[in-house]
Amino acid sequence: MSTDLRPLLSVKDISKRYGSHIGCAGVSFDLYPGEVMGIVGESGSGKSTLLNCLVGHLTPDTGEVVFDTRVDGPKDTTTMSESERRMLGRTDWAFVHQHARDGLRMGVSAGGNVGERLMAVGERHYGDIRDKATDWLERVEIDAARVDDRPTTFSGGMQQRLQIARNLVTGPRLVFMDEPTGGLDVSVQARLLDLLRGLVRDMGLSAIIVTHDLAVVRLLADRLMVMKSGRVVEAGLTDQVLDDPQHAYSQLLVSSVLQV
Amino acid sequence: MTDQAYNFAYLDEQTKRMIRRAILKGLAIPGYQVPFASREMPMPYGWGTGGVQVSAAVLTPEDTFKVIDQGADDTTNAVSIRSFFERTAGVRTTTATCEASVIQTRHRIPEEPLTENQILVYQVPIPEPLRFLEPRESETRKMHSLEEYGLMHVKLYEDIARHGHIATSYAYPVKVEGRYVMDPSPIPKFDNPKLGDMHAVQLFGAGREQRIYALPPYTQVVSLDFEDHPFEASKADHSCGLCGATDSYLDEVITDDQGGRMFVCSDTDYCEGRRAAGFVGDMSADNPAAAMMAAQPTLEIQT
Ligand SMILES: Nc1ncnc2c1ncn2[C@@H]1O[C@H](COP(=O)(O)OP(=O)(O)OP(=O)(O)O)[C@@H](O)[C@H]1O
Ligand SMILES: [Mg+2]
Ligand SMILES: [Zn+2]
Repeated sequence: MSTDLRPLLSVKDISKRYGSHIGCAGVSFDLYPGEVMGIVGESGSGKSTLLNCLVGHLTPDTGEVVFDTRVDGPKDTTTMSESERRMLGRTDWAFVHQHARDGLRMGVSAGGNVGERLMAVGERHYGDIRDKATDWLERVEIDAARVDDRPTTFSGGMQQRLQIARNLVTGPRLVFMDEPTGGLDVSVQARLLDLLRGLVRDMGLSAIIVTHDLAVVRLLADRLMVMKSGRVVEAGLTDQVLDDPQHAYSQLLVSSVLQV
Repeated sequence: MTDQAYNFAYLDEQTKRMIRRAILKGLAIPGYQVPFASREMPMPYGWGTGGVQVSAAVLTPEDTFKVIDQGADDTTNAVSIRSFFERTAGVRTTTATCEASVIQTRHRIPEEPLTENQILVYQVPIPEPLRFLEPRESETRKMHSLEEYGLMHVKLYEDIARHGHIATSYAYPVKVEGRYVMDPSPIPKFDNPKLGDMHAVQLFGAGREQRIYALPPYTQVVSLDFEDHPFEASKADHSCGLCGATDSYLDEVITDDQGGRMFVCSDTDYCEGRRAAGFVGDMSADNPAAAMMAAQPTLEIQT
């Protein structure tokens, strides 16, 4: 079997309860290398809960999250040691928070923010780290002259682009994003989406993007999962689901957006 | 004169045992911060209550005790800690580094190499080297346990980005035996090389933060740096004006109100020892050239 046919991430029966309340339940899917998966659904449908279970910020009650690691091949990340999982979090995985300030160190310069992951994996040459940081600022359309400025002096859109640079500098293979364009002005959102699309294509990234903005998935996602009350009610190719939704809830979701 | 109202060295035996257990654990895991139940001491936290508690736990009636405050034995802080143990433990005290068996210090390591028969006790204000960038205690603890120390280099990176070089000159972070990153307390980085392979036991006490950590004798201690910005144990590029030493850490002191200044050894015992042995600096009154220079302005006024 060719390795290309092996999923990069294989999610099996993930459930998470908050007390007696369901966060998400029975979620399974495969993500193949280079694929972008969108997760949509109304507020409270369990999107963030699922994402946090996948990256290990939350411990799921049931299920497996099998990642195709570089060294050991497929491995269940929910049972690996915390240090191994955190190492993944600094190398092959990236997590882009909705609020940039949750994903940035606000007291550290832009260059330091981007360089942190490099230093975390052992880079010890200041000049090299700085060069890579500067290069990445330019790739996310931030003037290299801002390398020593703190993110507090950046606009919301710039902060979000900085967070993306900080995450992508170590060349991760899988990027998790929770509402990456939420809270930004519409024009700023469009620019960020363009940038993300370019990066995903150029780097051949695989990604899981949570959003309730269908325009985001239309532009970025190859495949789509629709969630309601913690469960996946429909999944398929993005265009198929958006143009011809089968589940009554998906139909409602699509039509309500079209009305806007 | 011993104050009989207290147990030997002020703390009760049970508390001292608890502190000794923390010290032993610290020695067993060099550089690891051991929590301990810090006690109220009859002095404010800023006065080194962590160091005082560690000293109290290790002192025996046979010990000779020395206190250094930024190199000097005669500051208010040093004098009161010394007299505290004279009163509560009745131990002999000294200002001579070589005569002391227990030395409590703030901000310096003595210039004179210490021996296996000595214990150096540091007063520590902030034991957590990662605090600067990660204020969450739960997170820093995890970083230590998982050896995630990239953040320490972010701090040094920021230094270079801002100043062009690593400007951290005190409390310069070190890695102990290739494992724990440790804050050596606010000693000048000039003293960092003395931390490693030291013959004496080194104990660190943080009172307010309730942490003890330790370096057993002959421990490997490496100052963090970058390949292209290597660690340098820098000091003022002068010699001591009093004793002429070129290898000791110097303080700059103002000598008069006309902006006159000179550099002198921060370690006063070291400086006095050298002068007693006949070494002379170029600002010393015993130096004929210096005496000439000092006399010069007077001559000019007369003409
Ligand atoms: N920490 C928590 N404790 C208790 N219940 C929670 C907690 N976090 C989420 N929930 C509940 O779990 C369900 C799923 O929440 P989740 O945050 O995953 O939804 P979401 O789809 O991300 O919503 P949004 O679009 O608003 O971000 C909701 O009913 C929510 O109230
Ligand atoms: Mg959410
Ligand atoms: Zn001197």
